[in-house]
Amino acid sequence: MASTDKPAARVDVAIIGAGLSGSCIARQLSAYEIDTVLLEKECDVSMGVSRANSGIVHGGFHHNLKYLKSKLEIRGNLMYDRLQRELDFPFKRCGILVVALNEEEMKHIDHLYTQGLENGAIGIEMCSRERMFELEPKLNSDCVGGLHAPGGGVLEPYRFVFSVIESAQKNGVEVLTNFAVERAERSNGHYRIHAADGRTVEARYVVNAAGLFADSVSRIFGAEEFKVTPRKGEYYLLDRATEAGPQRVLFPVPTKVSKGMLVIPTVEGTVLIGPTAEEIEDKEDLSTNAEQLGQILDQARKMVPKVSQTDVITAFSGLRPAVGDGDFYIDISKKAPNFIQVAGIQSPGLTAAPAIGEYVKDLLKKAGCKLSEKADWDPFISKLPRIRDLSPYEADELVSDNPGYANVVCRCEKISEAEIVEAIRRGHTTLDVVKYFTRAGMGRCQAGFCSYKVFKLLMRETGMSYKDIRKRGAGTEVLQDAL
Amino acid sequence: MKELHYDVLIIGAGAGGLAAAVEVSKHDTSCALVERESHLGGILVQCIHNGFGLEEFKEELTGPEFADRQVQQVLASNVDVYTDTTVTQLDADGDLKEAYCFSPAYGVLKITAHAVILAMGCRERNRGNIRTPGTRPAGVYTAGLAQRLVNIEGYIPGKDVVIVGSGDIGLIMARRMTWVGAKVHAVIEIQPYPSGLTRNIVQCLNDFDIPLYLSHVVSRIEGKDRIEKVRVCPLANGIPDEDNSFDIPCDTLLLSVGLVPENELSKEAGVQINPQTNGALVDATMMTSVDGVFSCGNVLHVHDLADWVAEEARRTGRYAVAYLRDERPKRQIRIKAGANVRYINPTMLDPDNPDKLYFRSLIVKNQAKLHLKLDHNPVKEVKISHVQPSEMLHVKVKPKDVASWNIMKDSVLEVSVE
Amino acid sequence: MSRQEPIQEMICISCPLGCHLSLYKNDKDELSVTGNKCARGIVYAEEEFYAPKRIVTCTCRAESRILPRLPVRTNASLPKEHINDLIKAAYAMTVKPPVACGQVLIEDFKGTGVNLIASMSLGDGH
Repeated sequence: MASTDKPAARVDVAIIGAGLSGSCIARQLSAYEIDTVLLEKECDVSMGVSRANSGIVHGGFHHNLKYLKSKLEIRGNLMYDRLQRELDFPFKRCGILVVALNEEEMKHIDHLYTQGLENGAIGIEMCSRERMFELEPKLNSDCVGGLHAPGGGVLEPYRFVFSVIESAQKNGVEVLTNFAVERAERSNGHYRIHAADGRTVEARYVVNAAGLFADSVSRIFGAEEFKVTPRKGEYYLLDRATEAGPQRVLFPVPTKVSKGMLVIPTVEGTVLIGPTAEEIEDKEDLSTNAEQLGQILDQARKMVPKVSQTDVITAFSGLRPAVGDGDFYIDISKKAPNFIQVAGIQSPGLTAAPAIGEYVKDLLKKAGCKLSEKADWDPFISKLPRIRDLSPYEADELVSDNPGYANVVCRCEKISEAEIVEAIRRGHTTLDVVKYFTRAGMGRCQAGFCSYKVFKLLMRETGMSYKDIRKRGAGTEVLQDAL
Repeated sequence: MKELHYDVLIIGAGAGGLAAAVEVSKHDTSCALVERESHLGGILVQCIHNGFGLEEFKEELTGPEFADRQVQQVLASNVDVYTDTTVTQLDADGDLKEAYCFSPAYGVLKITAHAVILAMGCRERNRGNIRTPGTRPAGVYTAGLAQRLVNIEGYIPGKDVVIVGSGDIGLIMARRMTWVGAKVHAVIEIQPYPSGLTRNIVQCLNDFDIPLYLSHVVSRIEGKDRIEKVRVCPLANGIPDEDNSFDIPCDTLLLSVGLVPENELSKEAGVQINPQTNGALVDATMMTSVDGVFSCGNVLHVHDLADWVAEEARRTGRYAVAYLRDERPKRQIRIKAGANVRYINPTMLDPDNPDKLYFRSLIVKNQAKLHLKLDHNPVKEVKISHVQPSEMLHVKVKPKDVASWNIMKDSVLEVSVE
Repeated sequence: MSRQEPIQEMICISCPLGCHLSLYKNDKDELSVTGNKCARGIVYAEEEFYAPKRIVTCTCRAESRILPRLPVRTNASLPKEHINDLIKAAYAMTVKPPVACGQVLIEDFKGTGVNLIASMSLGDGH
């Protein structure tokens, strides 16, 4: 990710953490006449919690309205259609089904339905067995009924973050990557924020959207003491050719601790199953484990018997940052002045993210930050062509200007050279982020065929040496020597 | 959009596509050969080791030499070659098949043809396919990708290597990595027997004292940024015995865990797939369930030898030309995989023009026998000195065999190994 | 002879059969072989016992836009003790197109009579 090195910038608001919350806050603030900087410790944006989760825009029935997260979920859900028009990210309101496999579970459906009605979830309906099979013929024949929430949907969280950040940058927000906040001091109404590499930023207001590390950031600023507990969720990704792909997101009936393991038709056509839920200690432990993975297939098959292990193309895990009672912790700090806490953003954090942006903007206003609207705020970003979305005739039109659109680099996901070059020119120069941005390498061969082509494009476009090609940050170099 | 028309379109210019193209061109037939890479020869070009060509060219060649000979034949023919060209869509319902091809040189091309030969080859199974748990660090490669990086690009992925899978690609890469200065610490094989040729065990592992762990799996990958070690776990009666697992430090893990025919384009064109092979179901003329669409080589079923791919493809080219001339079999009977046979290809036999059948055994056995039964009556028996699942076998059904058979309309030929 | 312990056991690599060979020596220091299914096994065993040899395949640098490495091989089996030196020599070498498949790049390596040859053609256009 492109990042400026200039030191000691003085801004109105510094947001720490370029994940879903941080980026939505940044874009919200980009509409006002203030200087905003977004600080990210990783080499690119959306590398933490926002990178690996279920990618679901929730249906508004899982949580009681007494929770802040529930209010923000409802509000956030409604904001997505407009955001999609403005920001060009793949999003589909495919709807959600909660599947009851026995009469006992059906009682719980009743509760979810009532809760959804109270929350104002649009279009929510109780479903008979027959209605469930009409909506989803691939369900297990044990299904006795369920709940349908047509307002739920799917998107790719990192792609959403890339778009939101691009929009924020277009409207003046500065993004500093590899900026790991190490310490901060306050004088003359400003925080001076120091990065591990010596860079500093001064800001009047600080927003702590540091995800898993929000507790340490809070401590650095002398704000509230709390603990972020990582909850690991492991997933399997299935080939788009699987016969197990449902039309809608399938949830089991939730338990007290989690929403359970889902079968998700991703917006890009693959199928995601999971997540598991396991409290762990290490905030960097993204490993997968045989026992956990073993549960996923079993659980998914309870809803869709056609889920097959031969369709698995990869496994991964993501961490959810749980704080306290499980609700979001978004508030003006009572200890550190002009410091806003945005912590504990676990599910439904993706759904709520746009609403979190608004909510935090209001908190900043409440804290005294003067916000006057920009006359020239442009909510739109330019649409990037993707050959997989085009007919051959439409694609041919692009080729006369840029032959790179006719060079298919990733055969599994149909991604052209031009799309990869565009990602690299936007500063995404690691293999993982090129993958997240373009989908090259996300398909069934898992980059077996296109890796070396992406290596070459990275070297050609940036002039980097083969030794600097990395999967993620430092230490993840992929080639060690040359003949 | 540029539009071109040919009698035959061949998709993929590896050992199969090249052989098919040469054959098609011999019959006064126009032919387009479309290849997504910049070079012809497919994966052969990165297989710089010897061991190719003994059947096809009667001498031992390296992969590039094998490809070179095929390429010279194609270049000397009337075949039109399109490199850097990827077929993204194949509409094959009608008499005239339409392929949309992406090519930086021509833009999007529409190639129409009366017959199409699918020769796209296969892809490697990867970590996700074998569901190895652990972290997701840099340094985990499929063996074929590593082979490409080393042999064609000249890059060395890492210096301390563990290889999963004792198939020939894994074994060949063990030697290759050693010869570029890396230390190969182990080859881990899930089966109780090696999957590759014995000669490769000798010259790729034994020559360098590389240990081969049979009946073992890599049960975990560790290392946050770069892979640091793998946990290797013995199998006791097929079940991982974690108590006796041990770690091998490494900075590179190469996976040689099988190949899958790459039939996504075929499926989109409506071609029926045989779940046993992941390749198309073909009749006696190598024609798929879609009229005028043929399949051969590793996209049909994974072969052990490029020589056999070329042989099968040549037949396929001949059948495609016959199809254009409306020369179709008068009758075909079904071939069934019987006892101890995993699959057989093709799945139909033309009694008036019997041909070679490729098959794989489900069992390991010395001094085995192949039985052919027509409607339960033994009609042919062949001795085979050794069978094992990882070695493809073949039998040639001859016209004189068939002459004495009592063939009915719904006769079934069963192939079994005992 | 049946009671005698073999002096060496090996697997024949002459063809894919992979016969397990046992080597014995008699009082006159003459070699005998069992386990071979054909005559090539005897030749292989004698060679492998007295002077093991291998075909070597590797690459050398090519001044080419398309293929940065040219695949090369020995035209015959090379005594094992020379393999590492040959590989080093190949890696140190750069070839300029055009190169014909089979073209000799190193002749009579270290007096072994074995040549290093190009195993692919690189045309002018490459």
